Amino acid sequence: MSLSSDSVPALVQSPDTSVTVFATEDVTKVYEMGEVEVQALRGVDLELFEREFVVLLGPSGSGKSTLLNILGGLDMPTTGIVRYRDQEITAFDDAAMTRYRRDHVGFVFQFYNLIPSLTAKENVALVTEVALNPMEPEDALGLVGLADRVDHFPAQLSGGEQQRVAIARAIAKQPDVLLCDEPTGALDVHTGVVVLEVIDRINRELGTTTAVITHNAAISDMAHRVISMKDGRISDVRTNDERLSPEQLEW
Amino acid sequence: MLITRPRSSARQLKMTALHRKLLRDLLHMKGQAIAISLVIASGIAVFVMAVSAHEALTLTRSAYYDRYRFAEVFASMKRAPLTLADRIAQIPGVAQVEPRVVMDVTLDIEGLSEPAIGRMISIPADRRPGLNDVYLKEGRYIEPYHPNEVLVSDTFVEAHGLKPGDSFEAILNGNRQTLHIVGVALSPEYVLQIRPGEIIPDKKRFAIIWMDERELDSAFDMEGAFNNITLTLLRGTSEREVITRLDDLIEPYGGAGSHGRDEQLSARFLDDELKGLRANAIVSPTIFLSVAVFLLHVVITRVISTQREQIAALKAFGYTHWEVGLHYMQFVMVITTFGAIVGIAAGGWLGKAITGFYAEFYRFPEYLYRFDLRVVAIALSMSVIAAVIGTMSAVRQAVLLPPAEAMRPAPPAQFRETLMERLGLSRVFSASGRMIIRELERRPWKALMSTVGIAFAVAVLILGRFAVDAFDYMMDFQYFVTQRQDVSVTFVEPLSADSQFELQQLPGVLRSETYRAVGAKLRHEHRYRNVAILGLSDNRELYRLIDAREHQTKLPKNGLMLSDKLAEVLHVEVGDTLTVEVLEGERPTWEVPVEALIYEFQGTNAYMSRAALDDLLREEGSISGAYLRVDGTKLDTLYQQLKETPRVAGVLLKDAALEGFQETVAENQYIMQGFNTMFACIIAFGVVYNTARISLSERSREMGTLRVIGFTRLEVSSILLGELAVITLAAIPVGFGVGYLFAVALAKGFETELFRIPIVLSPETLAFAAGVTIIASVISGLIVRRQIDHMDLVSVLKQKE
Ligand SMILES: Nc1ncnc2c1ncn2[C@@H]1O[C@H](COP(=O)(O)OP(=O)(O)OP(=O)(O)O)[C@@H](O)[C@H]1O
Ligand SMILES: [Mg+2]
Repeated sequence: MSLSSDSVPALVQSPDTSVTVFATEDVTKVYEMGEVEVQALRGVDLELFEREFVVLLGPSGSGKSTLLNILGGLDMPTTGIVRYRDQEITAFDDAAMTRYRRDHVGFVFQFYNLIPSLTAKENVALVTEVALNPMEPEDALGLVGLADRVDHFPAQLSGGEQQRVAIARAIAKQPDVLLCDEPTGALDVHTGVVVLEVIDRINRELGTTTAVITHNAAISDMAHRVISMKDGRISDVRTNDERLSPEQLEW
Repeated sequence: MLITRPRSSARQLKMTALHRKLLRDLLHMKGQAIAISLVIASGIAVFVMAVSAHEALTLTRSAYYDRYRFAEVFASMKRAPLTLADRIAQIPGVAQVEPRVVMDVTLDIEGLSEPAIGRMISIPADRRPGLNDVYLKEGRYIEPYHPNEVLVSDTFVEAHGLKPGDSFEAILNGNRQTLHIVGVALSPEYVLQIRPGEIIPDKKRFAIIWMDERELDSAFDMEGAFNNITLTLLRGTSEREVITRLDDLIEPYGGAGSHGRDEQLSARFLDDELKGLRANAIVSPTIFLSVAVFLLHVVITRVISTQREQIAALKAFGYTHWEVGLHYMQFVMVITTFGAIVGIAAGGWLGKAITGFYAEFYRFPEYLYRFDLRVVAIALSMSVIAAVIGTMSAVRQAVLLPPAEAMRPAPPAQFRETLMERLGLSRVFSASGRMIIRELERRPWKALMSTVGIAFAVAVLILGRFAVDAFDYMMDFQYFVTQRQDVSVTFVEPLSADSQFELQQLPGVLRSETYRAVGAKLRHEHRYRNVAILGLSDNRELYRLIDAREHQTKLPKNGLMLSDKLAEVLHVEVGDTLTVEVLEGERPTWEVPVEALIYEFQGTNAYMSRAALDDLLREEGSISGAYLRVDGTKLDTLYQQLKETPRVAGVLLKDAALEGFQETVAENQYIMQGFNTMFACIIAFGVVYNTARISLSERSREMGTLRVIGFTRLEVSSILLGELAVITLAAIPVGFGVGYLFAVALAKGFETELFRIPIVLSPETLAFAAGVTIIASVISGLIVRRQIDHMDLVSVLKQKE
């Protein structure tokens, strides 16, 4: 599968609820910090479907990043089961988990995590070089509006530009699932829209199942479903009858 | 409308992004990387230098021994008929025998006031000797029926500016004769020309002189007889067995014990030298590489901890543990390999230079040097092993780091109330003083590591100069503390007790102390050594016996006192009994208890009270020799008289011994130590510079913040430099301690049967080590200071961490 470069109009596809991409069963996560235990997740049951675009909302510390990390295979839950399609990733060993991340997941970190000694293009290449079906790093950077900054080092980029490099890096591998932790946190309205359009397009044209964490409730209008979290639990799930395109959002 | 040309193969044979990261990271810390490389290079260079010199000299030596047919077993006796030589040749396993006449004579050399000893060796004039052939360096071989033609050893010839065509006088069997030098020769038997009873070569006062056997035989009335025989053995023969049989055969003819190459003075000395080289090939590189290991550990741990989030990100993208680990291992390997290659090249070059120097020094007719690929392989694997040991734990951390770590910034550092505050001392210190102390207190482990690193630098510097100190001390101890005579005289045959008074009458003699020395084979179980038992009288001021550790020793009343090295060789302890087979006169055999040991630096010696020895020998004060204290202004007259005294076998001067030592043992050491010191300086600098750089990189953000809130450059750099100063000063005494341990290791490596190195560190050496470290610290400080001055505040603050 590949993003089409021809004139076939972008299809507005609705999620295929017959295919479950992620399923979690009573997932908990406890961080032990010496004496203190932090209950980051207190039993999360969730399903994400093929081609679905989900927005995760919730106050700071409610467990959004923790949940996303677990879905992305970066972290293991303390208890509970997580399935990716027909595989139980909570049963993966380390090597299988690495393969899973490498072959299926695109990740945008809350703190960008660019490699400071690599240029924007090289940061993207870092991922495309090990991906199964990547696009060219320049193209990915072009998508986020950084075509003319490909040879800049992170230290030569603004915070928002760094965030866009991080997004380019995540989409460049044309992943099966795209997990974004506050991808627009550092962006102004205009650039935020550019970035969201890229994510939206990936979701629409490649059918990539996408989860986006945000503090900006407006963004939830472009999702199929909006999941709200509170205190480590899912507090609310809302399905949008109609999705707005990014430029229609009201920030 | 969108995107892209999908790429078929992501993995192409080009530089990957990860490789680029590697290169850029290396470039970013090139100063440190080069410093570490140089530390590794130093260790490897010393190793390659010493090993290749060792190999080359071993090869050169054995080629020399083979080509010039160096004998394997040596024996001397008073006088034996030539028929005995045939019987000796019948001993099973003997390949070849060469009976000859060897006589020590007194020489009178123009320009040398003191008498010199010439060892006359008979050789056939019409053919080359069957064993112990000579290499003619200059002139020609002796010719039959040319009276008084001789070949003379080259060091002696050189020391006196002689050449073929010159003549000198010798007293052969009481007759003064003029000998004509026709050739200058080298011999595998006298690679080092060590006088009998000595352990140090003497170039000036000891000559080897080869003369036509017919002439020498008639001069000493030895026609049809010989007093010395050398043997080669068939392959696979037991040397011990041959020696035992040989001893039996020569005993009736006044045999003085036979021995193999292991007790042949020149061969043994050379062996010890090679052993020293080996020690240098092991001890110093081990220590240098350990420092490199330590440095790598500190630096790579630091690199990996600053790249925590990058590592986590790589993993989140699906890079395997193995790929991440490999990435950092490559980082280390680039530094290591670079160091190893530089070290191998430098070591190979130095090894060749040193081999040339040694070959020249030992006057090998030719020398073989080949750069052994095995040495390269060993050097490479040593550096790789060092690198792996140094970085394993840090790389392991990188490998084990969970990818979720990428999601969080590192927690802010925790500051506690420090000791300083608890003691209410804060007001005593300036703001920057307080920051220095807090930082040191907050991370004592890091401060400790830095201290240990710099202490290593100090210790390595001490090691570089240690041998020089040790030899100085040893010489001082040997020739000014224990043996305080100016001259010692030995006699051809023991003289009667009254000769004591004659000695006193000699011109310029202020004090004389006589002794009796008896050649004997000391035997314990299957181990034995041929030594001279020295019988010393009670009232001694000149030849004192002082235990180098206890600083006092009393000669036991009855039994033997052995140097502890001899006791070790024979496996005896105080209380054990030795079988003493006397090798002269009636050749009695005694059972004598070992009653004391003495810790000495040189030689394997056995002492007895004079009275006890006289009792055993049934003698009354016979004299083998004497120690003299002499009025310096009358030396020349004294020498003149001694030269004319036929009973005098040898005259030994303290100054000559000191000189001989300086020119042989010490000189070699100085050269090696010179290189070691050079490398030690490199290492010291590498360690200190890295320590300073690491502090800077760890705290650049903090420094930047301070500058932004209004601290001056001076204030900011004084915090960092103050910390470096505190650590450097703390490291110096620690380094002295570590240096002492290193010195112990090196001394142990250099110890041979004949020499042992005292562990002394002179104030100069300590000052040198401290000084170089401080200089390295100041220079590193200045570099870091410049970097702080040029710090780009904005980009520093942009860095996360
Ligand atoms: N490694 C960790 N160790 C201890 N506690 C942790 C760790 N990671 C997260 N937590 C805690 O778990 C809880 C959930 O954290 P999480 O990062 O998932 O929150 P979030 O919803 O993403 O918040 P934000 O919107 O601020 O990013 C928080 O209370 C946080 O302090
Ligand atoms: Mg979060």
